[in-house]
Amino acid sequence: MVGELEFEKPIIELKKKIHELKEFTKTADVDLSAEIEKLETRLKNLEKEIYDHLSPWNRVQIARHPNRPTTLDYIELLFENFFECHGDRYFGDDEAIVGGVAKFHGIPVTVIGQQRGKDTKDNIRRNFGMPHPEGYRKALRLMKQANKFNRPIITFIDTKGAYPGKAAEERGQSEAIARNLFEMAGFSVPIICIVIGEGGSGGALALGVGNHIYMLENSTYSVISPEGAAALLWKDAGLAKKAAETMKITAQDLKELGVIDDIIPEVKGGAHRDVQLQAKHIEQALKRSLKELTNMSGEELIRHRYEKFNSIGAVIDEQVTNTQ
Amino acid sequence: MIKNIFSKKKKYASIPSGHAKYDVPEGIMTKCPKCKKIMYSKEIEKNLKVCNNCGYHFQMGARERIASLLDHGSFLEYDSDMRSENPLNFEGYLEKLEKDKEKTKLNEAVVTGEGTIGGFPVVIAVMDASFRMGSMGSVVGEKITRAIEKAKKKNIPFIIFTASGGARMQEGVLSLMQMAKTSAALKLFSDEGGLIISVMTHPTTGGVSASFASLGDYNFAEPGALIGFAGRRIIEQTIREELPEDFQTAEFLLKHGQLDSVLHRHQLRDTLINLLDIHQAKGDVDW
Ligand SMILES: [Zn+2]
Repeated sequence: MVGELEFEKPIIELKKKIHELKEFTKTADVDLSAEIEKLETRLKNLEKEIYDHLSPWNRVQIARHPNRPTTLDYIELLFENFFECHGDRYFGDDEAIVGGVAKFHGIPVTVIGQQRGKDTKDNIRRNFGMPHPEGYRKALRLMKQANKFNRPIITFIDTKGAYPGKAAEERGQSEAIARNLFEMAGFSVPIICIVIGEGGSGGALALGVGNHIYMLENSTYSVISPEGAAALLWKDAGLAKKAAETMKITAQDLKELGVIDDIIPEVKGGAHRDVQLQAKHIEQALKRSLKELTNMSGEELIRHRYEKFNSIGAVIDEQVTNTQ
Repeated sequence: MIKNIFSKKKKYASIPSGHAKYDVPEGIMTKCPKCKKIMYSKEIEKNLKVCNNCGYHFQMGARERIASLLDHGSFLEYDSDMRSENPLNFEGYLEKLEKDKEKTKLNEAVVTGEGTIGGFPVVIAVMDASFRMGSMGSVVGEKITRAIEKAKKKNIPFIIFTASGGARMQEGVLSLMQMAKTSAALKLFSDEGGLIISVMTHPTTGGVSASFASLGDYNFAEPGALIGFAGRRIIEQTIREELPEDFQTAEFLLKHGQLDSVLHRHQLRDTLINLLDIHQAKGDVDW
């Protein structure tokens, strides 16, 4: 198997052993079926033991898995007639963000997402899924178009963050992200956001102001990467694992904090183990979400989104409010 | 007056003069300016005027374009008789118009009308670079504006194919103002939810690129098309440096964020049909 992670090693080794025994019985004249059955039961328990108790750091590793499905993988499996649109109409076409029009079960939609590369060459082209301002401006252009034609917007969030670079600052990375947050608050069409990998900071949020926000079970969403947090908090990027545990970045954490609406279950061991099946899980969530949101008027959608973000935050307010 | 002057059989007799120099001998054979291959003109014609060898896109006239895109027999032309005045009493202007009329069998540098593509009704405007280099004067501006207003009234998409050297100098500032007039019409159409698709073909420059050509909900271009505001030579003289080879090509514009896509002529019709379909689809949440 390719790309197995450290914590999965016991599972992989046990699987290998079972495989070897099976091969052996094919040629040798011995009956090992009882033995094999025992091992298979053990494997099941072991898988449950490991995958049901993933630590936040384990999930970070899964979210960063090189084979983890990307935005374009899901677009291909979930939508029909996808047509990709390029360019922000100002400066460039940022391939770290893809977007376009398509149909979801016959309904016209606009789909946008950060796009990581599949290999080194692809990653250079996609800038490792880290957008420049023109990426966010392309996304905004497509969202405005969706709003004009009354199409729901579906975004896939998958980025380590907006690209920290000189050119990005010169062209207004902050303004581009801020503008998206500002404008997304005002669109009168349903906006559904799904974190499919890493949701890194403002670069993720710039596609994240939705009516419904979902996270895949092993994805993360955070104000800063675990490495960045460790460096800032404890002056030691090596403490990323500890930061991952502390910062509350998993889907389960965000659900508890009331930041996301729901967790989309993942294939055992991670979405990369079965992309088709993972797409089915996402499809279910999208169907549910669209069914609910398409019943709302434009005004209701704006209010719904407003109230959602308006209620996020933790404060102690001891001031007694005057009621009139 | 609306006349149906859709003609199916188009003789090669009216090839744009700009390309005449490549014809060896004139009419029967054509030399590709890019790969230099000499081919039967008929063969190129059959291939939607794309070089079989290297994919070079020859310029396409307005009538050919309409015939290649719209459902057979569906085209109904608007304002086919509208003609230019000579507002500045520009010497020789009317004569030049006459000459181009004879040469191109067109009354002006744009053909407008309505029809269907894959069954989807559209209003379409197609510019023709062989008439006064496709330059925009009062007639071009007026015809395009009326076509946009028709699309608005009928609540159907507006598709424009541009091919233009820019504003028509012989009509002075009136030409300049056609940029604002057409753009204003597009704004009102857009605000009512109208769909605008622009396809820039070779060449789309100056006042046309700086108005309706760039205002599509979708902006496309054909491969290799020259698209830009200021002329290459003027820019080079101003900045005193040599510009890159691909400067102001469709591919250059795509890279710089100005286009949704560069569409090969063979993909064009299918792409338009897909977009028209997505835009008319209502689709129910019936699960
Ligand atoms: Zn050629």
